[in-house]
Amino acid sequence: MESVCFYFQVHQPFRLKRYSFFDIGGDDEYFDQYSNKTILKKVAEKCYIPTNNLFLELIKRYGKEFKISYSLSGVFIDQLEKYAPQVLDSFIELAETGNVEFLSETFSHSLAALKSQKEFEHQVGLHKEKIKKYFKQTPTVFRNTELIYSDRIGDMVQNMGYKGMITEGAKQILGWKSPNFVYANAVNPKLKLLLKNYTLSDDIAFRFSNRDWNEWPLTTEKYVDWLNSAKTSQDSVINLFMDYETFGEHQWADSGIFKFMEALPERLLNHSSYKFLKPSEVLKKYDVVSPLSIPNEISWADEERDLTAWLGNDLQYDAFDKLYALEEQVYKKGDEKLLKDWLYLQTSDHFYYMCTKWFSDGDVHKYFNPYDTPYVAYINYMNVLSDFMIRLNK
Amino acid sequence: MKVLMFGWEFPPNITGGLGTACYGLTRGLAHNNIETIFVVPKAYGDEDQSFVQLKDAEKTKIFQTRQEFSDFWEKITYLEVNSSLLPYLDPVEYKKFINEQYKISQSEIKEQAFETNFKFSGKYGKDLITEVTRYALIAGTIAQENNFDIIHAHDWLTYPAGIAAKAFSGKPLVIHVHATEFDRSGENINQTIYDIERKGMEEADRIITVSNLTKQIVIDRYGINPDKIHTVHNAVEPVELAEFAFNKNFDEKIVTFLGRITFQKGPEYFIEAANKVLKKDRNVRFVMAGTGDMLHRSIDRVAKLRISDKFHFAGFLRPDMVNKLFSISDVYVMPSVSEPFGISPLEALRTNVPVIISKQSGVSEILNHAIKIDFWDIDEMANSIYGLLHYEGISNMFKKHGKTEVDNLKWENAARKVIDVYKTLINQ
Repeated sequence: MESVCFYFQVHQPFRLKRYSFFDIGGDDEYFDQYSNKTILKKVAEKCYIPTNNLFLELIKRYGKEFKISYSLSGVFIDQLEKYAPQVLDSFIELAETGNVEFLSETFSHSLAALKSQKEFEHQVGLHKEKIKKYFKQTPTVFRNTELIYSDRIGDMVQNMGYKGMITEGAKQILGWKSPNFVYANAVNPKLKLLLKNYTLSDDIAFRFSNRDWNEWPLTTEKYVDWLNSAKTSQDSVINLFMDYETFGEHQWADSGIFKFMEALPERLLNHSSYKFLKPSEVLKKYDVVSPLSIPNEISWADEERDLTAWLGNDLQYDAFDKLYALEEQVYKKGDEKLLKDWLYLQTSDHFYYMCTKWFSDGDVHKYFNPYDTPYVAYINYMNVLSDFMIRLNK
Repeated sequence: MKVLMFGWEFPPNITGGLGTACYGLTRGLAHNNIETIFVVPKAYGDEDQSFVQLKDAEKTKIFQTRQEFSDFWEKITYLEVNSSLLPYLDPVEYKKFINEQYKISQSEIKEQAFETNFKFSGKYGKDLITEVTRYALIAGTIAQENNFDIIHAHDWLTYPAGIAAKAFSGKPLVIHVHATEFDRSGENINQTIYDIERKGMEEADRIITVSNLTKQIVIDRYGINPDKIHTVHNAVEPVELAEFAFNKNFDEKIVTFLGRITFQKGPEYFIEAANKVLKKDRNVRFVMAGTGDMLHRSIDRVAKLRISDKFHFAGFLRPDMVNKLFSISDVYVMPSVSEPFGISPLEALRTNVPVIISKQSGVSEILNHAIKIDFWDIDEMANSIYGLLHYEGISNMFKKHGKTEVDNLKWENAARKVIDVYKTLINQ
């Protein structure tokens, strides 16, 4: 049997406010309430609400035939609680249909897996609680921040009881192999791996509205033809993983992205042998074809598919190391507000803003970046962290 | 006596110490009953509006804006000239800046400025040297239409203006050297700028330098006759300390660097010294305030040394924030590689902050109660910082005598010396 597995990443960071040297020691409100609220409301209007409504409608229309999955970061859910409870309700409604699976991840959308197993496990636990609380599900599939994965991380995740993990079908690790099969962790084969088919995913996520693309405009007929021609003699699964903001935010509504998504199930169910499956169902249905060895971390970012968007220069290494050097002290102190700030300061976006890779061609990344330069981002972050340290030592 | 003075910036629109110095000097002259017509290229802010004015006013008066600056300005007429001159930029950087600001095509650049009757295309010139020349042409007009006894031009951008004004009026020219190309660029000088500087010095009837250090450069590097060069050190006005009392919110002591983050100011030596101090003593924070072409490199270095939790970048600070920073500082360091004068240590001292200054600065000629080091000697710099932070004997002594020393350096006194220079010309 052939199947398609949709997974959407939903995340918003708590962005920092402009925090000057003069604020250090005198201001423990680090986050830019106004812009966080405004951005969340804007994206809710353009993306979360219409897309959730579309998926609710599709589930109503096709019943058990149409299934999707999400990973909502804990910091995103925190922001929904604060600024857009109606969006949270609509995700709960999706969960109640039974056709929607919620995956596990770190609470903060953090890079903790790279630095501290203890903190990583702690955050996964916090996130799991949050998912249980709202969606009445206990996740069995894990997805790490930005699909960051390695043999070591996979092993950690399996030891926490997860059956599978999703990651990038990066060319450098697959070589001639196809991403359309289920693989297993090379050191701990109990963990199954679902790999993103980045060509077919990015056709929707990145290229959909690009008029310079020779396949523009993308129709459901064309797309389902491509899926059909991706079939092999063996049963396969096409993993379509993307940012949820693809719908209405990265690809604007007038590009036809919503109409495309609305028409896709119809076309797929009637003109191919593909079925929609949730990640946990894929894991049950398919056998592992082979182990996959990934000694060095991969991610779904940029051409390189590595960590350099978050940890690639001295600014990032320094901020990252300084932050995690505080772990023990934070827990020893146990103060509630400190613990919350500690979580929010770990969000990977703060390090992403410090990336210097895009000095030349930064358009895509600039869009997501509240700072003019990575240097400003770094200084702002370090000013906040300096204040955080003072509070820790009080 | 009435002075026609050419500057390039004036408070509140300043990017560095020169504007402050011009402000102090004109104030000091006013105090001594000298009238000044102060001409500045218009600061960028509302150029769009002035484009229209310029276009309509072709071949008519170029300077139209007269502003009464504040009450003590009775003796000073403030004239703005429409020009996009910017201090502290060399021609290459200037071009980059202007192109970004105005996005004007190359073909439009050429038609301006060198034409004899100032035809304005409605756009500004994008070439710094072109602008300087244009400013000079305008200066000629101003010189014809105003009465004055002496011309005073500050730094190379205004030397051609001073020369032109002299040619049109026959009045004597004084040029004021706040910095030379060797201070700004080390040995990699821009030949065009050097030539303009030298021409200005040769045409000038008197040269005022802000230090003996600068005087020596003018003699050695430009071959100017020492007899016509006079040193007048800058000054600083006393302030009320209570005005900007500010409480810091942490225990660590603060060591401050303030200035453009450029080669001339030696920021890298400050960072290396900070690193050395922090190895011995974690109970101190370093602050680097300002911006410039070495900012990114400096941040990279601080990140690489992993001292960012104790080394902070405060960005460009407005004057009130500068005072706020001084009020919480324990040591001020000016590690300039080359500093014709360097007014900021005086500002630090007047707020009771002990200072470490490089021997390669003009201000070291007049300050006794300061630690003077070679800019490159980071061991000695670190050692001095540590000493001033920990040994109250010396820091208290510096605070006490340093403030008295600075409070005696008044602009009215400096202005009196400038007037003496004027008199040597007028009485001839």
